[in-house]
Amino acid sequence: MSGHSYIKRPNRPLQFYAALFLVVLYLPILFLPLFSFNTSIYVKFPLTGFTFRWYVELMDREPVWAALMNSLRVGITTSIISTGFGVFAAKAITRYRLPGKGPLIGFIMLPLVVPGIIFGVALLVLISRMGIQLSLVTVTVGHVIVCLPFAIATMIPRFEGFDPSVEEASADLGENAWWTFWRVTFPMVFPGILASLLLTFTVSFDEFIMAFFLSGTDPTLPMYIWSQLRFPKEFPSILALASIILVVSFALVFLGQWLNRDAQATDLNSE
Amino acid sequence: MSITNGPMSDDATGLPKTSRLGALLQRSEAARGFSLLSPTLFIMTVGILVPIGILVVMSFWTQVGFGFDTTATTANYQMAAERPIYGALLRRSLWMSGMATMATVILSYPMAYFVAFHVHRNKMMWIVLITLPFWTSYLLRVFAWKVVLGYQGVINSALMNLGLIEAPLEFLLYSQSAVVITLAHAWAAFAILPMYVSLEKIDKSLLEAATDLGDGPIARFLRITLPLSLPGVISASLLIFIPTTGDYITPTLLGGPDGAMIGNLIQKQFGAVNNWPMGATLSIILMLSIGAIALSFMLIANFVRKRIS
Repeated sequence: MSGHSYIKRPNRPLQFYAALFLVVLYLPILFLPLFSFNTSIYVKFPLTGFTFRWYVELMDREPVWAALMNSLRVGITTSIISTGFGVFAAKAITRYRLPGKGPLIGFIMLPLVVPGIIFGVALLVLISRMGIQLSLVTVTVGHVIVCLPFAIATMIPRFEGFDPSVEEASADLGENAWWTFWRVTFPMVFPGILASLLLTFTVSFDEFIMAFFLSGTDPTLPMYIWSQLRFPKEFPSILALASIILVVSFALVFLGQWLNRDAQATDLNSE
Repeated sequence: MSITNGPMSDDATGLPKTSRLGALLQRSEAARGFSLLSPTLFIMTVGILVPIGILVVMSFWTQVGFGFDTTATTANYQMAAERPIYGALLRRSLWMSGMATMATVILSYPMAYFVAFHVHRNKMMWIVLITLPFWTSYLLRVFAWKVVLGYQGVINSALMNLGLIEAPLEFLLYSQSAVVITLAHAWAAFAILPMYVSLEKIDKSLLEAATDLGDGPIARFLRITLPLSLPGVISASLLIFIPTTGDYITPTLLGGPDGAMIGNLIQKQFGAVNNWPMGATLSIILMLSIGAIALSFMLIANFVRKRIS
């Protein structure tokens, strides 16, 4: 017997299961845009008619725009800071043999596994003990901690994907470390940096728990949504807002994945 | 551009570890590595270690009016041990996220298996499709389930329109099962990725060998695929169990009184109740319980894996 004949053979039940899985994964989320175009203020079947009303109403709301600006400011700052730190960390992890590398990586990736509420309250306690007022700055600090693991994980495959001897050749030809970085390393990992910027922005833009504990009087967009969920009358316009956020998040993530596609392809093949 | 390896190209890697030159090079290599890593380590130390340290200290304080009595006391821990509500909520949280973890891992395994073994082109596209919903707001994904499970939600209104039920099914929303379903959905990507990676690593020739030696599909799966993919199953379980135990968004939106979890209680201590030291104590207890359970789970899983292989 040659080849993986039984693996190549399509498995109908498994294909069906995979399709069903994707449907269940997406269906609940897709109900948000569906009902955001419904004329009824109740989220229920049957749909009563098609309308843009809730989107139009959204346009007139000052607090939504203020929250959006807050989220944009926090998101942009967070993505730049975490990607900046992430570049150096990813280079250190992929290029150098470090004693205790495993535990160090584990420590950096900790925010991925520790419950958000614990980081949230711990930072809240620290910040208030230091006498610092809660503001968008404190939210940004929380977001950088949440986003750093994502930034590093996005860029590691990029650094692994190119030959370190190129950097060494540059050094041999007389460039110092900084110029080597700017003229050789940076252009090579640039798609990874862009992908990291987009993904960390998305994570920060959608983040809720840190913002819940660390924001002062200026809410971010998810915080604003949370505050409106108590009012059934506001439901349709929240559906409209949620739909816009979904579309933007999906688009940014898609763009990020597309930019970093080479690195991901090598990453997948190496496994 | 064509670049040949310079004389320096094999750096420290070519040298035996014992040579002094090697040790020196390695030390400077480690030093350079650490200097690159130091900003990140600094941020993580200030943003994680220090705050958790202060949380531990505060858990031994007591709340007096709007201020703290900083005399060290174990009063909060005693109260947490004595009042049944704390223990009950903690047990319920661990139970509910345990159920969500099991559901997610079991339902996601075939999906990960499918992408690893049956998708030959477009693997990347499948991975992106699976992880895409995970990048959108957790709040929105939970909110979506409220829309689906609500009294007048998608399921109830659809069933009533079809004439299958007279009144809305009340158990759908505000129940423990609503929380478990939502958690399982929201964390699916965390289950699929690690399991996919370990399934993808399996050497396909092992499976061929098993077939040649007369194993059927089931024996092949139980004796080769499953044991070799266990590391992925273990990390998937931990990646879901650990963060979900502290969740309070899902229980707040979908749990109702029977579905409240320890996260809700912690959040209340820092909000409405305004007893930060008690909140700190509960957070520490939560962290220790999660740590203990995760550790024993890992030990048991490793033991089982050794027994199988």
